[in-house]
Amino acid sequence: MPTLVDKIWDHHRAATTPGGADLIAIDRIFLHERTGAAALKSMAAAGRRVRDPARVFVGMDHIVDTRPGRSDQTLMPGGQGFISETRAAAKAAGLTIFDVSDPDQGIVHVISPELGIVLPGCTLVAPDSHTCTQGAFGALAWGIGSSEAEHAMVTGTLRLTRPKTMRIRLDGRLAAGVTAKDLALALLARFGAGGGAGHAVEYTGAAVAAMDMEARQTLCNMATEFSAFTGIIAPDEAAYAALAGRRYAPAAFDAPWWQSLHSDADAHFDAELALDAGQVAPMVSWGTSPEHSIAIDAALPAGPARAHDYIGLAAGTPIAGTPIDVAFIGSCTNSRLSDLRRAAALLKGRRIAPGIKKALVVPGSSAVKREAEAEGLHAVFQAAGFEWRESGCSLCFYAGGEGFPPGSRTISSTNRNFEGRQGPGIRTHIASPETVVASALAGVIADPRQIA
Amino acid sequence: MQAFTTLSGQAIPFGAANIDTDVIIPARYLKTITRAGLGKGAFAALRENPDNVFDQNAGAPILIAGHNFGCGSSREHAPWALADLGIRVVISPGFADIFAGNAFKNGLLLVTLPQAAVDRLLEVAREGQPITIDLENQVVTTPFQDRFEFPMDPFRKHCLVNGLDEIGLTMGMGDAIAAHEARLAAEQPWIAGAAG
Repeated sequence: MPTLVDKIWDHHRAATTPGGADLIAIDRIFLHERTGAAALKSMAAAGRRVRDPARVFVGMDHIVDTRPGRSDQTLMPGGQGFISETRAAAKAAGLTIFDVSDPDQGIVHVISPELGIVLPGCTLVAPDSHTCTQGAFGALAWGIGSSEAEHAMVTGTLRLTRPKTMRIRLDGRLAAGVTAKDLALALLARFGAGGGAGHAVEYTGAAVAAMDMEARQTLCNMATEFSAFTGIIAPDEAAYAALAGRRYAPAAFDAPWWQSLHSDADAHFDAELALDAGQVAPMVSWGTSPEHSIAIDAALPAGPARAHDYIGLAAGTPIAGTPIDVAFIGSCTNSRLSDLRRAAALLKGRRIAPGIKKALVVPGSSAVKREAEAEGLHAVFQAAGFEWRESGCSLCFYAGGEGFPPGSRTISSTNRNFEGRQGPGIRTHIASPETVVASALAGVIADPRQIA
Repeated sequence: MQAFTTLSGQAIPFGAANIDTDVIIPARYLKTITRAGLGKGAFAALRENPDNVFDQNAGAPILIAGHNFGCGSSREHAPWALADLGIRVVISPGFADIFAGNAFKNGLLLVTLPQAAVDRLLEVAREGQPITIDLENQVVTTPFQDRFEFPMDPFRKHCLVNGLDEIGLTMGMGDAIAAHEARLAAEQPWIAGAAG
């Protein structure tokens, strides 16, 4: 009867509070340098301490410099204070830190599975809305705010009301050149950016089962753009194989608990949606919400006037052929080894268009960077005209660091195209790494299926 | 935390839907490690227009917004920035989950009402008339005899009305937490053994 989310929820319920909320035990907490210091200092100022420091991990990803030879200095003015204060506060609290120069440094959602910190059936929170990415491993993982991070660290729990459950069936098979990113954007286009509000979304179906673990992370990553409490995929052999033996994970997943981690056949979901993955084309966003997404061979619909004004494209304009200034491959959505492999395969022996002012590849973790370099991918990117960077969140959002003149247009493998997300006046088009590459080669938004 | 019982005052007739946290407080204003002073960056892009409702209603303690308010990034700076602007209540047909959690933890009351009620309150606010929020009775009223009841999580209401700190309340349940942890440690040693 219960869904996967129900099972994890009930297993972690330590108590029900007098107010009726559930007190849910939190197995893993991630902090990052952007907000870590604030939470730790506020906690210390209240005379409180971390209940179990062994379960709290600190990454450095949001504002770290990604240029080669980096230090604590950041392009964001004053950014080094965030890094040094988070480091000092985390050390004082006895937390595990993956520091700027650590071989395990990276975007927290990328390094968590690399190190086996996320586990199927666990609860994991971080003060970052894309924590839902880690639901790909069958964990209940979601983004929280600083005060909730403080609460989780001090008490080992969070007070929560059980979210409603939603199942999204993705049957059919993705066509060649179409990726999990396109599927995520197609869901947003079809059901709206508020489509999952109040629900924990479980993705199921043949298209999901066929995805590798990295594609599943891309799909779950954008559950937050869907306004969902989180996204989750029931763990299968692929998930267990990806984690077994990692530093913080068990050597084998053979206890009965692991085998119970699925929604029962007759489980009741509060809502059900479905989309035929076989009908999805490469998608690209045209406006200022991720729901403003269309197939690469489509023309802009008539959307909110402000979105058209901001993006500088009228209804009826074909999205393909729109000139771009910047191309970016990176972020917790699309910065893993398989993303870089697919992008490099399309780029090999080619050169980006002369009109592109900047093209960047920022690996999701230092480990991804090393593995990509071992395969020679960095040389492919560099020969094509992309800069090859150190790991971090980079251009996914603007923190006052790396910027472009207002009105610049980016094609970006990231997750948000809000006004100003990548800097004041920057026009962002989100798409798969393949579409970013095709567009960088053409100098205009272009269909990756047309590259042989 | 400041207790919240009843509040009357001018409301900012904003009304826009799908306002994300980048609009509430753009990332370029997130340069402080503390919470104060964020109000000057609140809604910065919208306030570039000199005719904006935020500056026209400076100091108003109530904000009326459209559905899905607070979507996007989990930054807690969003409720901090609203609080720094002097806002104590936001009224909308719906709020994004993470934002709602953050708002509550910072004593910002979120009132969810049907779109028609929100539209009516926008009219009242545009006329410069005050709106009253009575949390204890869970009702919003206007000088024109409008009366809209709103739902409220009982625990959140209890904390807001009494100005209680959530972490302290949960620490009071330490025995239940310890018992649960002991059971999990026995059943699932891989969780507690993390840093081993």
